[in-house]
Amino acid sequence: MRVVIIGAGEVGTSIAANLAGDHDVVVVETDAARAERLKFDLDVLSIHGDGTSLEIQEEAEVDTADMFIASTDNDRTNLVACGTAKTLGDPFTIARTKSVEYLRTWERKHGAFGADHIICSDLLTAENMVRVIGLPSALDLDPFAGGLVHMAEFEINEGSPVAGQKVVEADRFDSLTFAGLFRGEQLLIPDGSTVIEANDRAVVIGRPESVQSFATDIAPGHTLDDATDIVITGGSQIGYHTARLLEERGLKPRLIEANQERARELAEDLPNTVVMQHDATDTDFLEREHVDEADILVAAMNSDERNLLIAVLAKRIGVDRVVAVVDNTEYVTLFEEIGIDVAINPRNVTAEEITRFSYENIAENLTVLENDQAEVFELELDADSSMVGKTLEELDSELEGQFVFGAITRNSSFITPRGDTRLKAGDHIVVFVETSFADGFMSSV
Amino acid sequence: MFTAPQIRVDWRASFDLTGQILFYLSVPLAFPLVLAVYYGEPLLPFLGAIAVTLGLGWGLDFVGDPEANLGPREAFLAVAVIWFLVAAVGAIPFVLAGTGTTASPVNAMFEAMSGLTTTGGTVFREFSVYSNSLLMWRQLIQWLGGLGILILVTAVFSSVGVGGAQLMETETQTQDVSKLTPKISETARLIWGLYVAITGLAVAVYYALGLSGLAPNMDLYNAIAHAFTSVATAGFSPEPQSAAAFAPIAQWALIPFMLVGSTNFILLYLFIQGEPMRLLQNEEFHFYLGTVGFFGTIVTAILVINPDIAFSSEATIRHALFNVTSIVTTTGYASTDYTLWSAAGQHMIFVCMFFGGMVGSTTCSIKSLRWLVAFKSLRRSLYTSIHPEAIRPVRISGNSVDEQTIRDIYGYLLLSIILVFMLTIFVVVDAARFQSLQVSEFDAMGAAASTFLNIGPAFGAAGPFGTYDIFPTSTKVVMIVLMWIGRIEIIPVLVLFTKSFWTS
Repeated sequence: MRVVIIGAGEVGTSIAANLAGDHDVVVVETDAARAERLKFDLDVLSIHGDGTSLEIQEEAEVDTADMFIASTDNDRTNLVACGTAKTLGDPFTIARTKSVEYLRTWERKHGAFGADHIICSDLLTAENMVRVIGLPSALDLDPFAGGLVHMAEFEINEGSPVAGQKVVEADRFDSLTFAGLFRGEQLLIPDGSTVIEANDRAVVIGRPESVQSFATDIAPGHTLDDATDIVITGGSQIGYHTARLLEERGLKPRLIEANQERARELAEDLPNTVVMQHDATDTDFLEREHVDEADILVAAMNSDERNLLIAVLAKRIGVDRVVAVVDNTEYVTLFEEIGIDVAINPRNVTAEEITRFSYENIAENLTVLENDQAEVFELELDADSSMVGKTLEELDSELEGQFVFGAITRNSSFITPRGDTRLKAGDHIVVFVETSFADGFMSSV
Repeated sequence: MFTAPQIRVDWRASFDLTGQILFYLSVPLAFPLVLAVYYGEPLLPFLGAIAVTLGLGWGLDFVGDPEANLGPREAFLAVAVIWFLVAAVGAIPFVLAGTGTTASPVNAMFEAMSGLTTTGGTVFREFSVYSNSLLMWRQLIQWLGGLGILILVTAVFSSVGVGGAQLMETETQTQDVSKLTPKISETARLIWGLYVAITGLAVAVYYALGLSGLAPNMDLYNAIAHAFTSVATAGFSPEPQSAAAFAPIAQWALIPFMLVGSTNFILLYLFIQGEPMRLLQNEEFHFYLGTVGFFGTIVTAILVINPDIAFSSEATIRHALFNVTSIVTTTGYASTDYTLWSAAGQHMIFVCMFFGGMVGSTTCSIKSLRWLVAFKSLRRSLYTSIHPEAIRPVRISGNSVDEQTIRDIYGYLLLSIILVFMLTIFVVVDAARFQSLQVSEFDAMGAAASTFLNIGPAFGAAGPFGTYDIFPTSTKVVMIVLMWIGRIEIIPVLVLFTKSFWTS
């Protein structure tokens, strides 16, 4: 497949890196030095120029491309680039935008702006945020098969009732599969007798209710209900959408924003959120407003440094769970090492989402876990796939790599994978695969 | 033409518009003229008024400049002048007829201003001396004033298109004249069409009651007369006993039309155009109906425990609901003489005077929206005193109200209450000059609120079946001015008395 990517920022580069292995990737970048450097860093063709110009797009041979990804930091550039691409040929175009406005316009009529798909990074990040805080103690949570299946990664704390149990004891749920355990740097594919230890990270795949119940099992008393006190600091777009999505779930979050005009604007748009206008790093204020008693704090300010400060502060005054937005990809690990429960990077989220779309057409959905140690795929089986007609047991002994069938959906209903489950054409399978075996697994489909 | 460079108001634009309106005022004057011919009554009052209004209109048109630009200041000036002059022309037939108390110019002006501003307080003592045509003129002025003259003007003259929104906003002091259509004159036409249609329906309902024998004295004349003043929430009646002259069923029939007249006409229009939820989910609508329901219940209870009142149970509910509706909607009819009620009942009626219906309707007084915003903003103050950093917009029907509007509303409430208070004192002090005149403070308060808030009947001698003629001329003059100020919501008149309006 030929893929043209406009913009070699963090998002574009990350997508290019993901795709370069299997596809012909052309990257267009306005910054000459960066374009030059990319040639050496990745196995891609890089062109220096304006991605919205017809001439440059012709040079990139957009007319023969299968996929066109506009991933610059500028919304309008991305939309114009997609529009231009559609005049040259008919690649599948994906535009990245920050503003939800353009997404809403596009939702009215798919194909508007010449974009076949729009990925809104702020909204995506907020959705991610809400999923993570919706399932306390989840490090990661992604929906598959249109929401029929959830994949979640949990950290098992010292005091968790699950710590020290065997997998067979912990997994009381029919429709839940223990796909993997990360212990330190190591990936374990568990069987029933594997003992779960404290500080393990467990990956489970199953029905959303089962995942939710499992979350309650490992950390009792921590599920989200309308009494959950959530404080969002920073009225950035991400902060705003997080509050809005929480409101949609019937919660009444509190939002702290220092800028008066912005605070007023937010208060007008968020009828069920208590908006406060103050500096969120003022400890006196936080104590007066009992922020220390909050269940969850979301740091969503526009600066990583301030997010770090408020997150550390919140942890110190005793907030149970702190989730932060981290703009700089390199800080993600740092944040989590300091003790912030989850750090979400908008660029990672966006790149991941775009990569999902651009993966070979059989791969519909993808989540990368633990610094790319493992991946979770969603695949639809064609009639001519070699897996069709086989039971999972047969496949298990046939294939050499580390993988687990997490869930199967057939005609939009959930099937718990068992050894004797026979795969049929049209089934969607959600598979947990060790990254080194991902390509091997794909080729056997 | 003289030029006065220091004057920054293009008054010629205002005068031009005023002239045109006075010119066209001869059209409604033709209606009582036709009636006078039909009943064989004197024609002079109306012919004289028509001559004066044509002459005055022509004169103002002459000094006015049709090319001049009608901006916000010119709109203020035009609104104030138009309401005053239309009332003045409305007074002419009373003076020319020369019958009863209104033969005196001040009384005639009081009656006309009370009519045009839809107040409905009368200086008549004896109704029988008036001709049918003159009594109908009194009803017609109220109907014209009900929805607002300038909305009518905007509907009729497409030429005021640009300034029209300005005029309507000035007249009603509402921040947003919601346009139903891109052209303001088209919107005004739709609203007036709706007003005419509701009035027509009221005529049909009342007359049907008369024809069926359920309310025998509700003939076509009375049906039209009461349709005019119920939908306009105005309150004049050709009957000295007001609504009490009619059968209970007719009184019940008046209630819904008073209520509809006090409902926002834009929302009413949307209601019949298939967007009923816009009205039904409107918080101001809930507040307004809640006010009527709340006071209706309380007054019913007061009447039940009042030993001097011996109504049947139907009559108790009817009188409580009718009079509360009449006062809250600022109509001013009475189904019974509430001045005979206990002090508790009368005080409840007094409180009702300060509410009013919805903005964008024919109602007067302070209006539900202002109270609703004020109450919500006060409740917010309680919250922010505990959480000083919280930003809480005041929301009405889900839309937030901007802070400037809230301040304006507080200002308006304060100004209204101060003016009522000042007028009260004035009425008492002015009356003290006369040995024979006994005006209690409560009666004075009632008369002050009732005229300034454009309701109509007050208490004591100026009660629903009484007359304002008891007050000295000086009091009546002040009341004329306050009815005028109150109807166009204070600001357009008061700004005319500021230096900066004219010069800066």
